[in-house]
Amino acid sequence: VSLALSEALTRLFDVLTLQAGYNANTVIAGTAVLGAAAGVVGTFVFLRGRALISDALSHATLPGIVLAFLAGAALGIETRSLPLLLAGATATGLIGVALMHALTRLPRVTEDSAIGAVLGSFFGLGVVLLSYVQNLPLAGQAGLHHFLLGQAAAMARSEAITIAVLAAFALVVVLYFFKEFRLVAFDRDFAAGLGWPVARIDLAMAGLGVAVTVIGLQTVGLVMIVALLVVPPVAARFWSNDVRTVAMLAGIFGAISAYVGAAASYAISDMPTGAAIVLAAGAFAVASLLFAPRRGVFGVAVAALRFRMEIARVRWLARVADGETAPDADPWLRLYLRATGLSGASGRPTARALREAPEAARNLSLWLAAITRRPEAVSMGARFGVDAATAVLPRDLLDELEGRAT
Amino acid sequence: MSIATFLQIDLPAGLTALFATLVCALAGNFLVLRREALLGDALSHAVLPGIVVGFLLSGTRAALPMILGATAAAILAATLVHFVRRYGRVEPGAALGVVFTVMFALGVVMLEQGAAHRVDLDPDCVLYGQLETVLWLVATGPESLIDPVALAQLPRELVTLSVTLVVLSALVAWFWKEIRISTFDPELASALGIPANVFRFGVTLAAAVATVVSFEAVGSILVVAMIVCPAAAARLLTNRYGSQLTMTLVLAATAAVLGYAAAAFGPGLFGSPNSLSAAGMIATFAGILLGLAALAWRLRHAPRKVAAHA
Repeated sequence: VSLALSEALTRLFDVLTLQAGYNANTVIAGTAVLGAAAGVVGTFVFLRGRALISDALSHATLPGIVLAFLAGAALGIETRSLPLLLAGATATGLIGVALMHALTRLPRVTEDSAIGAVLGSFFGLGVVLLSYVQNLPLAGQAGLHHFLLGQAAAMARSEAITIAVLAAFALVVVLYFFKEFRLVAFDRDFAAGLGWPVARIDLAMAGLGVAVTVIGLQTVGLVMIVALLVVPPVAARFWSNDVRTVAMLAGIFGAISAYVGAAASYAISDMPTGAAIVLAAGAFAVASLLFAPRRGVFGVAVAALRFRMEIARVRWLARVADGETAPDADPWLRLYLRATGLSGASGRPTARALREAPEAARNLSLWLAAITRRPEAVSMGARFGVDAATAVLPRDLLDELEGRAT
Repeated sequence: MSIATFLQIDLPAGLTALFATLVCALAGNFLVLRREALLGDALSHAVLPGIVVGFLLSGTRAALPMILGATAAAILAATLVHFVRRYGRVEPGAALGVVFTVMFALGVVMLEQGAAHRVDLDPDCVLYGQLETVLWLVATGPESLIDPVALAQLPRELVTLSVTLVVLSALVAWFWKEIRISTFDPELASALGIPANVFRFGVTLAAAVATVVSFEAVGSILVVAMIVCPAAAARLLTNRYGSQLTMTLVLAATAAVLGYAAAAFGPGLFGSPNSLSAAGMIATFAGILLGLAALAWRLRHAPRKVAAHA
């Protein structure tokens, strides 16, 4: 077992460092371009709340793919023709979305019901058509099945190049219109007020989402392509509030996930490319959820703990200012005070603590007065009792409080 | 077609399809009424790694380990969605989308890397279901239907599904009033001493169980159609709680029977010896019925609108 594992790891390393041959390298690099485009375009899919609509769209492409395959066979066109299959995919995908919108306009049908209904029944129709094709003496059927879970290894070099070029084009378009997309995603009314064609910009955003979904079908598979659009932006969201940073990070996460996933599907047998890519993206999401400095689980926990210690320190200093010198009852706080040089081994205040105490006490009483008088004027980011009240509270509130005091 | 062939192939597969559709529609009815249809979609994907773990640990396709694994996976998914929403401040749809696709990917990889080499649970089953493998080979004729020895060898999927259907129906009948109040007015329910949260959790759990027991028959994507379509169609046809459920079940049964018949016997009408995917056909028919219900609604309401304008 360990031998097999080390062989697999060696092979994975070879593939990752682009030593797996010309064809594989092209496919892996092309997939990385696709991942970058999906991450950046997906940022707007995510911001506009269209994640699940994209899922319905991608599942609804299945009947179109199979019908295009059948049409190609009937017309004598090369049945593996990628543009033909993708045209079919786009057609039924859009029909699915249109039906979904039509259903939502009826009363008592919620959007999530419409999404589930279209997703499930179009996929069902696709499965029926697949089972029909299976019994026909036609070549190229295996290629159809790759559209479900994705199979990079089955791709021809020319296909990989087509996909990379289309993805790069989508990426260029989204970067060119970045400013417009950003404003429309956040503030439609303001954008409309500027005289922008909001509806058309929004349609372009949705169109790019459709384009990337369709382009990625063969590599990632229609079952999981939505993840390539949504997981990287959600992971990136943990690191920043700025759309530019989120889009850039999402692009990077998407590219790396696609690269690693495609390589893994080459290196490990029976590894569907789509699942590998989505797992890699999922690893970014989990790592971001845990370790992003300000939003991550650990970052938030550490900040909360620090705040608890700091506010306890301020309260202790206020008591010291009142003349109390006994050690605090909380052992953790005693440890913290010692570590920060505010108390000695005995737990009694040091000279520095006595020096800082009056200011801390004054600050705390200002804060208390501020939140009892005008809590709404205190900004959300300010830390009660810890930050200097004179620095973070609004001027007029401070004047009011000082006026009271005198 | 002889009686024996019917008993060996079409009766077990058809009944399995029918019961799977009914179980899903029953759970789906309450999900749709609660405006939580999405949960059916998310659950059906997210439980996959749990099903695979249950399967790998027990080494069999017995229902209980898979249900336990799926329940654990569903709880993990709910926790993750909560964390992503809380820490990432992400809208619920995106949080759900992230968690269920990643867990589904994990399930697919585990299937390919772990299970595929050992036993016969594979991604094809996840994608299309395996209705075609539900057989009752010991059946020889009508007398088998009352032969305890033959009945003992009914396909496991069929037995699991019938038990689930009976238990779920009994629970719905028993708690009919409580479910109704907690569905439409959780606050009133709490005021009346009905634990609305328990029923909410119960509906979710029922959906998870329905997904798992139907999974082998119809796969984990097609169940979404079975969960959502009949209930959504019934919503368009009636606005009353009681007839909503009746209609959901009638529509589900119609989709199952028509879908199975079209897939199994339809190609024969055109002289083809092959059959089509029954699970896919049932999902298609469920969608068609929803489309017809939508058309019926338009037809019924269009004239009234004109009258109002006139």
